[in-house]
Amino acid sequence: MVPMLSTLTSLLAVNPVPWARSQMAFTLAMHIILVPLGVSWAAMTLIANYKAIKHDDRDALLLAQRWSKYMAVTFAVGAVTGTVLSFEFGLLWPRFMGQWGQAFGVPFAFEGLFFFTEAVFVSIYIFGWKRLKPWTHFWTGIPIVLAGVMGSVSVIAANAWMNSPSGFTLNDAGDIVEVNPWEVIFNDAMPLMAAHMVVAAYVVGGFLVASVYAVGMLRGRRDRYHRLGFLIPFSVACLAIPVQMGVGDALARWVYNNQPMKFAAIELVPETSSDVPETLFGHLNDEGEVVGGIPIPGFASWLSDPADGTATVIQGLNSFPEDERPTYRQANVVHLAWDIMVGLGTLLFLLALWYWACWIFRKDMPQSKVFLWIASAAGVLSVITMEAGWVVSEVGRQPWIVYNLMKVEDAATGNTGVWMTFIGVIVLYAALAFTTIYVLRGMSRRFRRHEEAGETDDYGEEDVPYGPSSRPAPHDEHSSSESDADLEPQDVS
Amino acid sequence: MSTLAAVVLFIGILGYAVFGGADFGAGFWDLVAGGTKRGGRPRAVIDHSIAPVWEANHVWLIFIFVVLWTSFPTAYASITLTLFVPLTIAAFGIVLRGASFAFRKSVLSTRDRRTFGALFAVSSVMVPYCFGAIAGAIASGRVPDGGVAGDPWESWVNPTSILGGILAVCVCSYLAAVYLVWDARRLSDDTMVEYFRVRAIGAAIIAGTVAFVGIFVLANDAEYLFDGLTSRALPLVILSAACGVGSLLLLIRANHQGARLAAAGAVAAVIVGWGVAQWDYILPESLTVEDAAAPSGTIGAVLVATVLAVLFIFPAIAFLFVLDQRGLLPEEGVSGPVNESGEETQALT
Ligand code: HDD
Ligand code: HEM
Ligand code: HEM
Repeated sequence: MVPMLSTLTSLLAVNPVPWARSQMAFTLAMHIILVPLGVSWAAMTLIANYKAIKHDDRDALLLAQRWSKYMAVTFAVGAVTGTVLSFEFGLLWPRFMGQWGQAFGVPFAFEGLFFFTEAVFVSIYIFGWKRLKPWTHFWTGIPIVLAGVMGSVSVIAANAWMNSPSGFTLNDAGDIVEVNPWEVIFNDAMPLMAAHMVVAAYVVGGFLVASVYAVGMLRGRRDRYHRLGFLIPFSVACLAIPVQMGVGDALARWVYNNQPMKFAAIELVPETSSDVPETLFGHLNDEGEVVGGIPIPGFASWLSDPADGTATVIQGLNSFPEDERPTYRQANVVHLAWDIMVGLGTLLFLLALWYWACWIFRKDMPQSKVFLWIASAAGVLSVITMEAGWVVSEVGRQPWIVYNLMKVEDAATGNTGVWMTFIGVIVLYAALAFTTIYVLRGMSRRFRRHEEAGETDDYGEEDVPYGPSSRPAPHDEHSSSESDADLEPQDVS
Repeated sequence: MSTLAAVVLFIGILGYAVFGGADFGAGFWDLVAGGTKRGGRPRAVIDHSIAPVWEANHVWLIFIFVVLWTSFPTAYASITLTLFVPLTIAAFGIVLRGASFAFRKSVLSTRDRRTFGALFAVSSVMVPYCFGAIAGAIASGRVPDGGVAGDPWESWVNPTSILGGILAVCVCSYLAAVYLVWDARRLSDDTMVEYFRVRAIGAAIIAGTVAFVGIFVLANDAEYLFDGLTSRALPLVILSAACGVGSLLLLIRANHQGARLAAAGAVAAVIVGWGVAQWDYILPESLTVEDAAAPSGTIGAVLVATVLAVLFIFPAIAFLFVLDQRGLLPEEGVSGPVNESGEETQALT
């Protein structure tokens, strides 16, 4: 059997590198959609919770309770997809982990710590609804917010380390002999990238949650509950987006100074020069000439260093050895992704301006259908913005997996069956995405049905995907009545 | 330093086996519970015991990975290169398990439920088998050092790996059955208490037999490990056997709480025994723990994170358990969920 399997293996052998890249990119791109919810939803829930206690607001209380339950679902799916990622580091990039794991891996030790804390407190918060005094309960939500932020900062520290590796000593053979964990985590790229991602989490999480209620309002559910469900997350996102533009600007300048190849790809600059135009769209052809697009004269140079203005020199792609910089095709991807991030980011920023302007001049949110239409699209648009930002960061780093130290092709696994696992992963994730949406919609329908039937929500401990068994001791009435229901044969329904 | 890191690593493995193992084992009992009608009741108990803990126990696995890739990076690279296939199957199984478990609760038609239930159950068996086979591959010295790939198939399709896989499935089922007795008792369902008690006893006997036969397999196929188990690790082997027999006796005498502890003890002793037996190699006979270890800076950071985890997380979990035991607040708890239909309460988990 073994020789037969070996023959089979060699028949199906395909170069693993492009497949490994695609699989990594796909699974990360899926995971990152859940991340903003895990990071920012708890904060929005607490705002609703605060309002509920402070002003004895039933609608806000209902929102906070329901949000905490939805959050538990997205958190669980985030955990499953995150588990896959940790397998992939080893399965797809064993040589990378073998050589650099001792430095690159350090932040993940802290990531695990924070996410586990977060998971436990999500359970406590949900359990607490009917077991803790209102304010005590409120405070058990705070660790979720903090752990979420710290957890994502830790992961970003690892990613930033790939962009600006530091905190280790190499011997002559190129092996790591000493590691300074502090410098690994607080590497050069980390502060700005972490800030940019955490703020992005609030932008995306806010718009995403708000968009659900915007759709509801468009469908005529204009009650106070829906209004509140829209206002809280939308205001959070609209507060975050101006900050995000500022942080992004600073980050771009950091890239200009520290990752000139990525910057050349971002700005589509083939040859080193000053007075570089900012090209909107357009691409490089095979000869490396800029084709098409709308140039804004001198603007790229000016943005890179306003002090020197259009005299600022930007290094071109061709000034780097061909095998040490992104290819023209990769540069085109980076540039397009950049245009998308900045373009959509600007659009969302304008949406925020509209919103705040209405508040300032009319003391109310914009009521028009057009606004609600755009607001319902803002959720998806902000996800696209964030994904585009990641493409800029990741593809712009090519061909390096560790900037200037290790190339992607030297990091990849030698296993030639990756193309099969990639196909499997796509099928599996499609099913997972479907399940998640199905479960969330089912919850929402159930809540609504209860409302129409005039019942109150249960506090939903059964819904908690984490934590110890929610079955209290048998003397508790609730548990025994429920177990009766559960013990019916499965095919009853 | 490197020894400490290895200890931390084994704590992770221990946690995953004792807590995560029972989750997987519950899936095994689900698989063999029989047709829809007959299997309905045991499945309900199983659902109860794992439903609220959606795969939280994989945190242990992630912890194991993190310790491996930070503290023993070259060993980690060798393992993932060589054992690509079983690791991939395990990863798929884990996602499949989580998703199908959730889905089987949400879908309404019996046929769909059956499909997802089957997926859930099959993956629950597949994953521990793969991890057992991986442990067997490492313990029998089939993962070569140096970040190079060993044989992609023979490394995990061999006597020790097959033994490891089967033993893992048996042990998980055994743990799960013992825990399920306890859960059935919490639900005051005497029929099910008896149902799982019989199965727990059966599983204990089978696991014991497999372990006994395994000794002869190891003597031929994994000599280093065998030598270790019969010398350094002998006390642990004996302890494990004693716990196993003890839990069997306690089960027969219907002391469920004691049986639970003894069962966990038996499994824990085997795992620690494995570690001690292959000491001081991380990849037997090709890479020692000391040579594989990352620089002290890295290990220090991992230890700090571990200590912080203990400091943060244990009190939090304790708090959670206190909440769980505590009654509802009088002024708020009155309108607990009126008994909803089964579909309603289960839809999420
Ligand atoms: C809603 C999300 C969002 C918005 C509105 C923006 N970004 Fe962004 N951007 C991200 C979300 C994001 C991100 C997905 O979070 C990235 C990927 C890596 C990172 O740290 O943040 C990112 C990366 C990223 C990078 C690459 C960093 C690197 O490779 O190290 C730059 C230079 C910028 N951004 C700059 C900007 C500018 C100038 C923006 C203003 C118009 C902007 N971003 C808006
Ligand atoms: C902290 C988080 C992240 C880490 C540690 C990380 C790590 C990696 C690694 C190791 C690779 C393979 C090597 C390479 O191709 O350079 C990769 C590639 C890639 N990642 Fe990330 N990544 C992270 C976040 C993301 C996110 C959120 C996305 C979302 C879209 C993403 C998109 C990509 C893409 C598109 C590639 C392929 C690049 C190419 O081959 O052209 N990454 N990443
Ligand atoms: C931009 C990068 C990333 C961010 C900001 C991020 C953030 C998060 C967050 C917030 C969670 C909690 C679940 C949720 O809220 O949905 C989570 C879960 C997880 N993530 Fe990521 N993640 C990123 C990339 C990665 C990468 C590259 C890995 C690879 C190892 C990873 C591994 C995990 C794991 C293992 C979990 C589950 C943790 C648990 O069960 O406690 N994440 N991630």
